[in-house]
Amino acid sequence: MAKVGVIVFPGSNCDHDAYHALKYVMNADVKFLWHKETDVSGLDMIIVPGGFSYGDYLRSGAIARFSPIMQELIKYAKKGGPVMGICNGFQILLEAGLVPGAMRHNEQLKFICKDVHIRVESTQSIYTSSLQKDQLLTIPISHGEGNYYIDNDGIKGLQDNDQVLFRYVNAHGETTPEANINGSVDHIAGITNKQRNVLGMMPHPERAMEQLLEKEDGKQIFESILQALATA
Amino acid sequence: MFKAKVSVTLRPSILDPKGKAAHNALQNLGLTNIEGVRIGKFIELDVQASNEKEARGIVEMACIKLLANEVMEDFDIIFEF
Repeated sequence: MAKVGVIVFPGSNCDHDAYHALKYVMNADVKFLWHKETDVSGLDMIIVPGGFSYGDYLRSGAIARFSPIMQELIKYAKKGGPVMGICNGFQILLEAGLVPGAMRHNEQLKFICKDVHIRVESTQSIYTSSLQKDQLLTIPISHGEGNYYIDNDGIKGLQDNDQVLFRYVNAHGETTPEANINGSVDHIAGITNKQRNVLGMMPHPERAMEQLLEKEDGKQIFESILQALATA
Repeated sequence: MFKAKVSVTLRPSILDPKGKAAHNALQNLGLTNIEGVRIGKFIELDVQASNEKEARGIVEMACIKLLANEVMEDFDIIFEF
């Protein structure tokens, strides 16, 4: 059974959602990792959850990036360990330099909490390997700073290396301007690093896991991960 | 002791939605001569160093490592005596 660690920072608030999703929906072996811990041995994957670590002081993720656990997480990721950053977790991974780019305030300056459509852009990662290219998923977002930025050379690098895993689209799977919910460069909702073991995504798959909540597309991402980890 | 005043601003090429919103409000106030608004951060640091050069080096390090995100922000340091 896959062993997954979920990091808890002061101000994390999706840590229990991720724990619940993995333990009770996916039947994985999950444990919390307090941000002052430094032992990540024996883990098959680490999740950096959403929330408002350190109150988003300075910039989202900027302070959390210096927590003791992050130094171990960076080593773990550089060795190829799977790391999934969701929402604030994505912002922290950007600040840590594990994935390229930065987050700006949403274009319309509003905190947006709603279900959005995202399109699977690449199946070349453990996070998407059992999904279909161009498949649509409906997954909620919940952020004020999710307006992804990268410069022109950076975006070319992401495209050339097939690093964009998810884009914001409309219900028909089209990248219309209105579908780009927060103003992100190239509609980007989720990217992987060059080595393809680190995922950063703004939408919250851990909040779309059960029919009881009337959405379960997020489950497909976790199924993909656990399937890939089981056969690795 | 050196007092450093650091300003961190979004690069000119980066859209600043807060500045844009403030600009709209200023236009609505009738201050139509204001043609642009950019909003950044202002940070004061008290630095123990033997000379200004050393202090500047420390503050630059602080900006690069934490206070500014060089992917999209520039910083400017002024020392006060």
